[in-house]
Amino acid sequence: MLLIRCPYCEEERPEIEFRHAGEAHVARPTDIASISDEEFETFFFIRANTRGTVYERWRHVHGCARFFNAVRDSMSDRFIMTYKAGDPKPKKLPGV
Amino acid sequence: MKKYSVFAIAREAMRGHRGWEQQWTSPEPKAEYDVVIVGAGGHGLGTAYYLAKEHGITNVAVLEKGWLGGGNTGRNTTIIRSNYLYDESAGIYDHALKLWDGLSQDLNYNVMYSARGVMMLAHNVHDVQSLKRHVHANRLNGIDNEWLTPEQAKDYCPPLNISRDARYPVVGASLQRRGGTARHDAVAWGYARGASARGVHIIQNCEVTGIRRGPNGAVTGVETSRGFIGAKKIGVVAAGNTSVVMNMADVRMPLESYPLQALVSEPIKPVVPCVVMSNTVHAYISQSDKGELVIGAGTDQYYSYSQAGALHNLEHTLDAICEMFPVFTRMKMLRSWGGVVDVTPDRSPILAKTPVGGLYVNCGWGTGGFKATPGSAHVFAHTIARDEPHPINAPFTLDRFRTGRLIDEAAAAAVAH
Repeated sequence: MLLIRCPYCEEERPEIEFRHAGEAHVARPTDIASISDEEFETFFFIRANTRGTVYERWRHVHGCARFFNAVRDSMSDRFIMTYKAGDPKPKKLPGV
Repeated sequence: MKKYSVFAIAREAMRGHRGWEQQWTSPEPKAEYDVVIVGAGGHGLGTAYYLAKEHGITNVAVLEKGWLGGGNTGRNTTIIRSNYLYDESAGIYDHALKLWDGLSQDLNYNVMYSARGVMMLAHNVHDVQSLKRHVHANRLNGIDNEWLTPEQAKDYCPPLNISRDARYPVVGASLQRRGGTARHDAVAWGYARGASARGVHIIQNCEVTGIRRGPNGAVTGVETSRGFIGAKKIGVVAAGNTSVVMNMADVRMPLESYPLQALVSEPIKPVVPCVVMSNTVHAYISQSDKGELVIGAGTDQYYSYSQAGALHNLEHTLDAICEMFPVFTRMKMLRSWGGVVDVTPDRSPILAKTPVGGLYVNCGWGTGGFKATPGSAHVFAHTIARDEPHPINAPFTLDRFRTGRLIDEAAAAAVAH
């Protein structure tokens, strides 16, 4: 089981308190009715599915219930950092 | 290739078993092949086998970064069934089921296909409606599936708990009698032996690190840990690592790779005569010929390439198993393991040409690819050989996520499968 640090509660909690919520920083198009089928496919279905450093969303459903983002290594499942929703994608990762 | 038979066993018994030959050869890679298959699991080896057997294309290599059949082929729970809701799924899964029926004879290799029946339990009104809909849809597609009362279900599988006092009581079940199990390793080994005998090169410990493309964009070969290997056509059958391989040709995939775990108990005498599944409490169980209870869990919630999952998922599955079979509450579990499964948004596979010339992909089987192995390999070989899909896999395109023509088994089953 993963131990995940919620950036709002500011403590590590077990994975069963959280829900994984998919790839992070996938921006919803502002005018979604006008985009092409290709753009919709890219936004809605295509995923990076990276083998290595992944940026993903989690939700602390059985805690503060808020969404936040995490950086994790998808080969070791080790968390590199977590940060609040709305914060920019970190350019420099700690310890990397 | 020496044929396996009862006479071969007798002959070898007389001379100390010194005459058995290696089942497949391990040649050095050639400079170029007509077709390179990336991934030596059941689907990839089967594709090479049918390319050689049905299409006469024998200048083929199957490249494998690890060992043959060491990915999901060696990690699944070996369940075979074709009781899917939609016509497209019924077509491809039942194509596979028909091939399972004669596969041991075709390969001259005992894959131990056992049509012991797959029973899916209903625990509430929604389950009854959903499973009955599946029964009717399957029968319209010529696939056997029948409805059982709880008492009939218990007759078919005596250790099943049908008490009305259970937390999730069994209120009915569907039964596909042609469903069952097969020996996973034997499928990979049988296809490898058949392909190798027809001239296919099986190259293990050879990781693909890049896909080289020519001036017109079409593929020209693969970079590997053992050097460049030329290829006129490339078939990617890399399961959980498909996104990684396809990115090498600049094709981004609608896939997410999740851990999926399974476990087996200590071996016991025969007690579970069929496969029992429950989507609602999410557990499935069968008994191997060695006597182990083979139990499958659901996927973990996050994507990962670690081939490992969390213990709480296994606990959740075992809770469900003990609820369905109170007789197993004191069983000891022997081993657990994980694989990496590539899941599509609609939970149906992709077997298709790609926007890149000469590049074909067979992926997205998610948590249920083993059952489809022969059918998938058969139609994928057709797709590569003819450069056009077989009618059976024609709906399973890569661009359906753009056109919207999904095959939404995710919604049909309300569970990844």
